Amino acid sequence: MSGHDAMVTTLSNLPLRSRAKILAVGGSPAFRRRLMELGLVPGTPIEVSRIAPLGDPIQLVVRGCRLSIRRKEAAELTVFSEDPRATGGLGCGGCAA
Amino acid sequence: MTEGGAKAACHGDGPARKGGRSGRPTVAVVGNPNTGKTTLFNRLTGQRARVGNYPGVTVDRRSGRARLRRHGHGPPLEVEVFDVPGCYSLSARSAEEEIAIDAILGWKGNPRPDLVLVVVDATQLVRNLYLVVQILELGVPVVLALNMIDEAGEAAPDPRALGTLLGVTCVATNARLGAGVEELESVVAAALARPVVTRPRVEYAAELLADAGRVADALPEQWLAGVADDARRTALALWALTSVHDDDELVGIPASLRERVAEVRKGARRRDLDAEIIGARYGFLDAHLPELFAPHRTTIVTERIDRVLLHPVTGFATFLAVMFVVFQSLFAWADPAIGMIEKLFGAAGAWLTAVLPPGVITDLVVQGIVGGVGNVLVFLPQILLLFFLLGLLEDSGYLARVAYLMDRVMKSLGLHGRAFVPMLSGFACAIPAIMATRTMERRRDRLLTMMVIPLMTCSARLPVYTLIIGALFPPSRKLGVVPVQGLLMVAMYAFSTVVALVAAGVLGRTVLRGPNVPLILELPPYRLPLLSSVVQMMWQRSKLFLSEAGTMILTCTVLLWALLSFPKLPDAPVVTDVPARAAWEQASLEQSFGGRIGKTLEPVIAPLGFDWKIGVGIVGAFAAREVFVSTMGVIYGVGHEADEGDLALRDRLRADVRPDGSPVYSPLVGFSLMVFFALACQCMSTLAIVRRETDGWRWPGFLFAYMTTLAWVVSFTVYQGGRLIGLG
Repeated sequence: MSGHDAMVTTLSNLPLRSRAKILAVGGSPAFRRRLMELGLVPGTPIEVSRIAPLGDPIQLVVRGCRLSIRRKEAAELTVFSEDPRATGGLGCGGCAA
Repeated sequence: MTEGGAKAACHGDGPARKGGRSGRPTVAVVGNPNTGKTTLFNRLTGQRARVGNYPGVTVDRRSGRARLRRHGHGPPLEVEVFDVPGCYSLSARSAEEEIAIDAILGWKGNPRPDLVLVVVDATQLVRNLYLVVQILELGVPVVLALNMIDEAGEAAPDPRALGTLLGVTCVATNARLGAGVEELESVVAAALARPVVTRPRVEYAAELLADAGRVADALPEQWLAGVADDARRTALALWALTSVHDDDELVGIPASLRERVAEVRKGARRRDLDAEIIGARYGFLDAHLPELFAPHRTTIVTERIDRVLLHPVTGFATFLAVMFVVFQSLFAWADPAIGMIEKLFGAAGAWLTAVLPPGVITDLVVQGIVGGVGNVLVFLPQILLLFFLLGLLEDSGYLARVAYLMDRVMKSLGLHGRAFVPMLSGFACAIPAIMATRTMERRRDRLLTMMVIPLMTCSARLPVYTLIIGALFPPSRKLGVVPVQGLLMVAMYAFSTVVALVAAGVLGRTVLRGPNVPLILELPPYRLPLLSSVVQMMWQRSKLFLSEAGTMILTCTVLLWALLSFPKLPDAPVVTDVPARAAWEQASLEQSFGGRIGKTLEPVIAPLGFDWKIGVGIVGAFAAREVFVSTMGVIYGVGHEADEGDLALRDRLRADVRPDGSPVYSPLVGFSLMVFFALACQCMSTLAIVRRETDGWRWPGFLFAYMTTLAWVVSFTVYQGGRLIGLG
């Protein structure tokens, strides 16, 4: 996947200090509903701003608010990233264009 | 699951009460967590707040009377204000989350508020307004307090423009300094006089509205009592669609509504109903808000502090330092105050004994009542300190960071990240520690933490360990170069911690198994705690402890006194004749009900290596574990003033022999006894506080049963196992 600068991946694959846009929120119904209610609706910009010293959870900045979720759940969020360092793309955003 | 008598209460049962009990208008204060909601509530009510529980759940309900100033429109208006726990949304999964909608609509025994005052954080406007939209959809009169306006700086929205967009009155406030509060009061008073209901213009898809209509048809009559307009019906239907699920823990949802929601969800399974509903509300906000203000940037100060406090090295160093202060304050700093209370009540008892005529009544007053009040007050220093520190940690924003730093560790044990501070406090005393579990929202997290805290080595166990170790393990004995006495003490701490963590793992997978809830943690900006708020919270907590748990501890002390004093032996010798008095105390304890219980218990505890005297000690220790020492003092004729360092008591313990001539207290028995005290729930105050925090006898009953069983089984294994390998 490397070589393309834009791709669809999961939030857990985003490198530190990387910005992306939320495409879809997955996970258990209660979890995804709560996240969306906190403003993580599709189309919202999101940033991975910090990783906890023990490796989990990760800290996000969304709409100017700091939120923390675990990696396992971060893998359920699909995002669109233009960061070349992002890994494990689910598809290629750049190809379609 | 929740239990307790109040569960039977149903949504909207009976006509919703209008206004407060007093007939004064009622105002509910609602808002996201960390918006300064409670500070504003304190501003409005002054020092007159009362704390109770919301019906059916053990969640604080603070209420108080406010006198709203009216800018020359007459005398102040007296209203009843209550503080609704902070929430991000009205949709709910558990009885605790349901409080918000119950309180706003006056369901389940809550008074119906005449006005909802929503406090929003001006620096987090969009997310805060999501909740406002939901509340407005319900069609209740709303006033907005645009709080923390100072922090928003240049990005601060114009309250008038915001008010116009939403159709409500909006006042900019700074609750910390009190700015804008007077204007807010007059606006609230005016809104109460002429309530206005407006609905935000959220555009839901036609398909979604059709679904909501089908759900609305199944809404129970009581929910619609009074205000049965279409908009309210739609709002309630949307609430049900985002709240009711197969695995929710909501209380009071009729089966017919559950079925209808499931049916509609099934019909729409190709669509994402949650995203449609939530997306439409955010769509409305995102479309209109950018016109009003520039989005607030995350505060640079918080980011800088986090760089240190969440850093792998400096972060953990600070964490350890903060936790050390918490621990040290409970363990050591509270000590002088505790000592003073004990001395004071000891002196009061001695004085009463001297001035009152000797007899049963005097004994009851001195040992039962004065002793009992002392037993209650002795917890106060630690409770005050812990809640003061917790208040500082919570209000500064650091408590959320503790959960963030420790989540990885605590999660692997099945515990909430916020369980760390209560568990740590358990090393000092289980009573404040159990009270501190209220910082966790979910009932299951709270219960699990409460069930393992009493296993931590609290300071009341230390005198027991000191007596046993001092009597049975000579200070000269060493294991290599390490003195055995010190080693044993450290071993007891390690043992209790390991058992508590294992117990958390086991209970979390069995008795308290619950849905694995993913972590969503907000890390609020750092703010300087407001001392008056922290102190007020500390007093409220302490008062609750005194009035509710305190009465039960007092009652138990009197009962225990009676158990260990009756039936009475005649001819008590005068107090000054020390040896005769000690002999009389010994004889009278032996034939008291407590002594008889000890003897009856002997067959049960004999396999642990204990005789009836230890049995009496265990019964007496129910008042507080350290009472074991003075009970043993009485049984061995040394007198009730013996402490753990008493050499005469140690000598008598060592010299005591069984009928066959073997010593009662071998090191193995001592070991078995320490294990028993480490694991058994020998503390009526712990049971009293768990009863109060869980609102029933079920959980204290379970706690007592599981800990006592565990203590018996492990002590049995230690003693019998030790004998098998030839240690006894």
